[in-house]
Amino acid sequence: MGVRGGARLYAAVAVRGFRRYATYRVATLAGVFTNTVFGFVVAYTYTALWSVRPRLGGYDLPQAVTFVWLGQGLLMATALLGGGNESELVERIRSGDVAIDLCRPANLQLWWLATDLGRAAFHLVGRGVLPMAAASLVFRLAWPSGVAAWGCFLVSVALGVVVSFAIRYLVALTSFWLLDGAGVLLMAALLATFFSGMVLPLTVFPGWLGTLARALPWSAQLQVPADVFLGRHRGTGVLWALAFQAGWAVVLLGAGQLVQSVATRKVVVQGG
Amino acid sequence: MADAGRLAGFERRGRTAVAIDGLRAYLLIAGMWIRSTMVYRTSFVLMAVGNFAMTALDFAAVAIIFGHTRVLGGFTLTETAFLYGSSGVALGLADLVVGNLDQLGRRVRDGTMDTLLVRPVPVYAQATADRFALRRLGRLTQAAVVLGWSMTRIDVAWTAVDVLLVPVMLVSGAAIFAAVYTIGAAFQFWANDAAEVQNSFTYGGNALTQYPPTVFAKDLVRGATFVVPLAFVNWMPALHILGRGNPLRLPGWVDFCSPLVALATCALAGFAWRTGLRSYRSTGS
Repeated sequence: MGVRGGARLYAAVAVRGFRRYATYRVATLAGVFTNTVFGFVVAYTYTALWSVRPRLGGYDLPQAVTFVWLGQGLLMATALLGGGNESELVERIRSGDVAIDLCRPANLQLWWLATDLGRAAFHLVGRGVLPMAAASLVFRLAWPSGVAAWGCFLVSVALGVVVSFAIRYLVALTSFWLLDGAGVLLMAALLATFFSGMVLPLTVFPGWLGTLARALPWSAQLQVPADVFLGRHRGTGVLWALAFQAGWAVVLLGAGQLVQSVATRKVVVQGG
Repeated sequence: MADAGRLAGFERRGRTAVAIDGLRAYLLIAGMWIRSTMVYRTSFVLMAVGNFAMTALDFAAVAIIFGHTRVLGGFTLTETAFLYGSSGVALGLADLVVGNLDQLGRRVRDGTMDTLLVRPVPVYAQATADRFALRRLGRLTQAAVVLGWSMTRIDVAWTAVDVLLVPVMLVSGAAIFAAVYTIGAAFQFWANDAAEVQNSFTYGGNALTQYPPTVFAKDLVRGATFVVPLAFVNWMPALHILGRGNPLRLPGWVDFCSPLVALATCALAGFAWRTGLRSYRSTGS
């Protein structure tokens, strides 16, 4: 199978991933409702904070409120609280069905990456657009200026999804050793929520905690895309932000390949 | 017919007997799930610690906010911690006891709901005890620690009424959240894909009531008082204890209405549950 054949295969898998999630329309609407309710609650607390501390973390009030809604809009796409395909992979590892996945003429990690990209594309549209639209009716939001800014934002979200996937894939692979992955999945969601900026923008974190949080890969999932959206990077600053995300994506996907090769050797030892 | 019923063991019994039976069944099923959880002990410890840490980071965010300002909506850190802890304990209790109701939609979808119906045990007891998750003690413990800490720090001249109001508030709050879980579950008999909507009112209600009502728009506070009565989970009694007065300037006796509101919402939840269960049709596949 050549490179083009491979690309076509993974593209087809991604499209199926998109369609699979698009089937559940009522669930999507229910999720949109929940994102919107949470967005309102958090937006009001941010408003209270920024009204006593204007320009906190370098954001003005509309930017801070927009940050809240970006968090709600990207929550599912970058699977911050879980909800991607990692729990399914964990279950397949536990039950042994992963042996079937390993028989496919495709790389295990890239196969699951493709399904997750399809899922994320659906969640970005299905779960992202409506809460932002609802918010724009009530709050003053800060929008990107121009096509280039929107383009950079979309690239940044895509890279954020890849980083998110790479982390969740590594976490799911621990099931080859632990068998029950629920505990580690929860811990992973925990780290992702706190260190992505979902709980509070990382620019508001104090001192060394803020510096550390901004350097960790989770910041690529919300903080960086949000800053790109809010136009906080000037000139080539955007490119550096995207490079930061791409760097983590490469490192974490590479680590995933390594762990995968060790893990799959273990499956063979067990007899599959 | 009556004799046949008695022979089969299905006598008509009083409500109390049914309730005791249900409770016993609940404890048996919950005990079974606890034993099954303990098979994967590492995972259980991680989950319990994770549940604790998840909510602890939540409170870390509150602490960071108060690192930047001394008051939020006119409330100090310890006062907000009191609201945070009381709301968290109420949700934690409800989540531990009936939180598994959010699995109901899945059971309706895949047809395993039928299994619950053929057993001679109240369906509600089975549905709530199903996959009972002891790890949820993590969330409850974290909220209890914050609540305990805040109570030693808040500037309140504790009267006997205030002291009594705290347990009443926690139990009523848990009952209100449990009613919300139940109504959400009843809704899933019709819309079995919409389980996430109830998160808006349980976890969302928790996110709302852990901050002072002065932070939010008046209409949101009105909605949380008169439409979905989450304000009675903690705001009303807690603001009385804190000596802050009612957020909507309602008469003083409203501060003590949480138990009545809890009873009313539970009655409504009971009605919704029975209506939902009666309208249930198996998948037929």
